[in-house]
Amino acid sequence: MQILNLKETVNFMSYRKYAMAFSVILMIAALSSLFVNKLNFGLDFTGGTLIEVGFENSADLKQLREILANDGYGDAVVQLYGSSRDVVIRLAQRDGVKAEMLGNQILSLLKDGTGQELVMRRIEFVGASVGDELTEQGGLAMLTALLCILVYVAFRFEWRFALGSVFSLFHDVLLTLGLFSFLQLEFDLTVMAAILAVIGYSLNDTIVVSDRVRENFRKVRDANAEETINISLTQTLSRTVITSITTLLVLAALFYQGGALIHGFATALLFGVFVGTYSSIYVASAVALALGVSKEDMIPEVVEKEGADHQEMMP
Amino acid sequence: MLNQSPLWKTLLVVFIVAIGALYASPNLYGEDPAVQISGLRGVEANESTLDSVKSQLSESNIDFASVVLEDAQILVRFADTDAQLKARDLLDGNMGDQYSVALNLTPATPDWLAAIGGVPMKLGLDLSGGVSFTMEVNMNEAVVKAQEGMASDFRTDLRGEKIRYRSVKKLDESIEIIFRNVEDLDNAESFLKKRYRDFIFTDNSDTLTLTAQMSELKLKEIREYALQQNITIIRNRVNELGVAEPLVQRQGQKNIIIELPGVQDTAKAKEILNATATIEFRMVDNENDLATALNGRVPASSQLLYERNGTPVLLKKRIMLTGDHIVDASSSFDEYSRPQVNITLDSPGGSKFSSATKDAIGKPMATVFIEYKPTDRLDSKGNTIFEKKEEVISVATIQARLGKSFRITGAGSQAEAHSLALLLRAGALIAPIQIVEERTVGPTLGAENVKLGFQAIMSGFGLVFIFMLIYYRAFGVVANLALSANLVLIVGVMSMIPGATLTLPGMAGIVLTVGMAVDANVLIFERIREELRAGKSVQQAIHQGYDAAFSTIIDANITTLIAALILFSVGTGPIKGFAVTLSIGIITSMFTAVIGTRSVVNAVWGGKRLDKLSI
Repeated sequence: MQILNLKETVNFMSYRKYAMAFSVILMIAALSSLFVNKLNFGLDFTGGTLIEVGFENSADLKQLREILANDGYGDAVVQLYGSSRDVVIRLAQRDGVKAEMLGNQILSLLKDGTGQELVMRRIEFVGASVGDELTEQGGLAMLTALLCILVYVAFRFEWRFALGSVFSLFHDVLLTLGLFSFLQLEFDLTVMAAILAVIGYSLNDTIVVSDRVRENFRKVRDANAEETINISLTQTLSRTVITSITTLLVLAALFYQGGALIHGFATALLFGVFVGTYSSIYVASAVALALGVSKEDMIPEVVEKEGADHQEMMP
Repeated sequence: MLNQSPLWKTLLVVFIVAIGALYASPNLYGEDPAVQISGLRGVEANESTLDSVKSQLSESNIDFASVVLEDAQILVRFADTDAQLKARDLLDGNMGDQYSVALNLTPATPDWLAAIGGVPMKLGLDLSGGVSFTMEVNMNEAVVKAQEGMASDFRTDLRGEKIRYRSVKKLDESIEIIFRNVEDLDNAESFLKKRYRDFIFTDNSDTLTLTAQMSELKLKEIREYALQQNITIIRNRVNELGVAEPLVQRQGQKNIIIELPGVQDTAKAKEILNATATIEFRMVDNENDLATALNGRVPASSQLLYERNGTPVLLKKRIMLTGDHIVDASSSFDEYSRPQVNITLDSPGGSKFSSATKDAIGKPMATVFIEYKPTDRLDSKGNTIFEKKEEVISVATIQARLGKSFRITGAGSQAEAHSLALLLRAGALIAPIQIVEERTVGPTLGAENVKLGFQAIMSGFGLVFIFMLIYYRAFGVVANLALSANLVLIVGVMSMIPGATLTLPGMAGIVLTVGMAVDANVLIFERIREELRAGKSVQQAIHQGYDAAFSTIIDANITTLIAALILFSVGTGPIKGFAVTLSIGIITSMFTAVIGTRSVVNAVWGGKRLDKLSI
């Protein structure tokens, strides 16, 4: 069976101006959303207390809010979580109360107030200093990842490709963050992990394309850079599509069956894989082309030897 | 002939997959309810404890499946949880304070499998249920305390050297000594410089001040010590909680992670972790009769306390020294290679102790360990009532006038000396700790997470399986074989690596790996199709397909691996769990998808005359 049966080379690069404009608009939109709406940081980053309680019957959120407000927890955010019987209560850091004792207090308060049997599903407490550290660590992790990848790709391929792929990674991360900011989805540690996985996935795609471009620069003698990139993209297109399909399939399974805790993670990856597929075609290659990648850069003048192209990549 | 693998290569693939399957298999067996009995504070369970446990269980007619002594712990397995709970209650009541009795779930791995090191994967707290705490050591306080101690040391030393000074003050980050004249300043500087090499001294002859600052190295040492000390204390306390397989681990420069699987009552756990313990040195009362005291007539100035083994000791009430003066305590051997405990006091403690022991040479001195333990009772406000527990942990004869550093010999075995040193340090927390993070997962949510994660893996796997079958037909079967082998290998490797823990994000990582692992096969198969279209013969196409795709697969996977390793090195908790399965998955998938499928393809199609390929 075949999904795509392309006889002719698709002229991907002829649309690159539109694609670039499209990407730039999306990136600006993502940036403005990040500035205006900010990210809806989860407990991991903001600090505070979260209590998940399972009720026997459907929970009456209004009643719960009243019980909490009566005891001075008017600022508590009460939400359903996954099903009508699971309730999540979030509380910001407060002065004077021993924060680590808060969870148990709320639990007994609800038990008395509702008179219902309830099950403690989880209690999370994160101190404010921990959140700050995490934000710092997370940002640092992404930067280190991007930098290491830049170095590896530059070493294995060529600096134009390296910049192209890192730019496309940046593009993917920014758009995913933008989506989370726009929809005000909760951004927690697992989402952070998902975004780093998006980096890994998108890179996978980009490398496959770059690899083929390098091969074709050597093999196809009478084509210019743009044509070579088009040929390579066409050749790798069915692989790109199939891998995206299998990955999206498992992510869909994760999204629908993995439970509420993993929703953010699955959402980030679903979107990220989508964007990553697009960006490996349009962003990475288009940037490499715009930077003037050419046959000469990819074919070592002297003998073919590992590391020879590495020498050349230094401007 | 093209596409024929040497036999050894095929065998190697079979061998590796078989080993993976073997070590993955302990996960198929369930868990037995068990009770775990371990000694506290240096007490070790031994053969006689084992016999006593056995006889107690038989006397009460509680059936057990097996009972073993392992790593100084006794593990009793039961057929059902009823017997387990009964046994726990029985043993908890009978074993006394020296042992902790904990409920546990022990893997029901068959003996032959356990003998070759087969263990099931360790489940994270989000899957097993339980509580994890992150505690932060207040390093500022540790440094401040150390500086206060140093300031008083300077005073004592300068006085001892008869160098006159106007004042010694502890400033924010340094100690400032002001003198009356330049001569004293110079003398003091050359004296202190020699004595305290880990300080940086700067003099100012205009203001007649000498400023001492701790070197970076010294500061680091203080912080490290504070962290280690807290870890030791917490380990002791956690052992008291009676939790099976607790984890106490440092994280970074100032944090300690505590994981208590199965614990639901976090309030009690927190109270115990935050509990306070102190040490007191007191003289043994030899003037009054112990027997009379035992009959209930304790003199007003004395108190009757007991050693751990039950020996009564009559002590003077007056406290010679409290534990907050202890700077360090460690165990070692004396010149006759008997175990001893070395104790270092701060300067005020040293002078206090020196005057207290001056007239007591030849007399016995007792070390008392005082701990505030939470009880099951609550007061009217609903707070747990704490019980003050005093226990004599050592009685030693004072050989000479004791000063800033001294030693206690005759504390018994090396293990006992070690535990005494630990207790002494526990009585002198130099840096307070605080819970900065807590995650409690109830057992229902844990079980649900396991179920959901497993479901997600299976349906993700099923979807990809069907897709590959339809899309690549016979070669799809090969890819699916590789995918199955990959899953088995991931589970096998996760079970083999001691530190690897399966978490919910880790399961998500496995799901993601399933989707991405077929990429290598897709690359190869698409390449083979291309070559076939280009008019190559079947064998040529297979050969070229694998060859050409190889470097792409390596490059693509190494870059993903870089991202995963960075995740692993900076991430904590959920991120780490995800990074572990992702990294393992990348490596195993490269093996199964490239080397594994090649063996199968060669075995089925290699070396034959073929006109068409089912791809």
